[in-house]
Amino acid sequence: MTQPHSIEVLLFAGASEAAGGADRVIVLTHENATVSELMQQLAEQHSSLASLAMRSRLAVDQRYVSSDHVIPMNAEVALIPPVSGG
Amino acid sequence: MATQTITDETHPSINVCLTDEPLELMVAETSSKEPWLAHPDAGAMLWFRGVTRRKTVQGDRVTVTKELSYTAHREMAAKQLRELAHDAVKEFTLHRVVIWHRLGVVPIGQASVIVGCSSSHRVASLDAVATIMDRLKRDVPIWKQERFESGDRQWIHPSPTTDDPTTH
Repeated sequence: MTQPHSIEVLLFAGASEAAGGADRVIVLTHENATVSELMQQLAEQHSSLASLAMRSRLAVDQRYVSSDHVIPMNAEVALIPPVSGG
Repeated sequence: MATQTITDETHPSINVCLTDEPLELMVAETSSKEPWLAHPDAGAMLWFRGVTRRKTVQGDRVTVTKELSYTAHREMAAKQLRELAHDAVKEFTLHRVVIWHRLGVVPIGQASVIVGCSSSHRVASLDAVATIMDRLKRDVPIWKQERFESGDRQWIHPSPTTDDPTTH
């Protein structure tokens, strides 16, 4: 049985604006959550981010990771909406 | 104005920078002292400058931009730019690569991004600059907010359907 756990997710650009200007949100999850589990919980717990989250990638410790990647404890987790540099 | 410049001095072929300062000033102040792309074996040197465009036409719709504002996950963006530059040196056998990106407000006509490459022959640099720009726009966590003359503001979060080559 995995333990309840919360993960802080950094927000940028339109995601930050959708969250009322917050630069991070807390997502309640469990230990050893995967990226896809966290994304689903993020959308459920922060409905204003749901639609953008569906089009976003997650970066763990500043690297893009696949949906089955298990998020380590104390990792930096960032929601990366589609980028538009250049 | 706050300044945050991140350079990679660990590899002599690569110069990567994120800055809040105008890139034109950086070029003017440094180009005489630092011949960024010079190399005795270089037969091609290519610079690309991406500048803020005033008018965007999509079909019948015309929007007029006042300025763009860029924000980033700075640490991750700097890492991604360094990785991009390292990959390009290997993949295209470049002698030098420069990738500079400006953050904050960029008025119309000023550069938001500058990419430079030098190589022994022209094709490598021509291909490398195009590839670097494609990868930068796909992967580097930098976002722009378009601020229109009408006063409206819009974050640009492109999808494959909005990245339309017929837009001008």
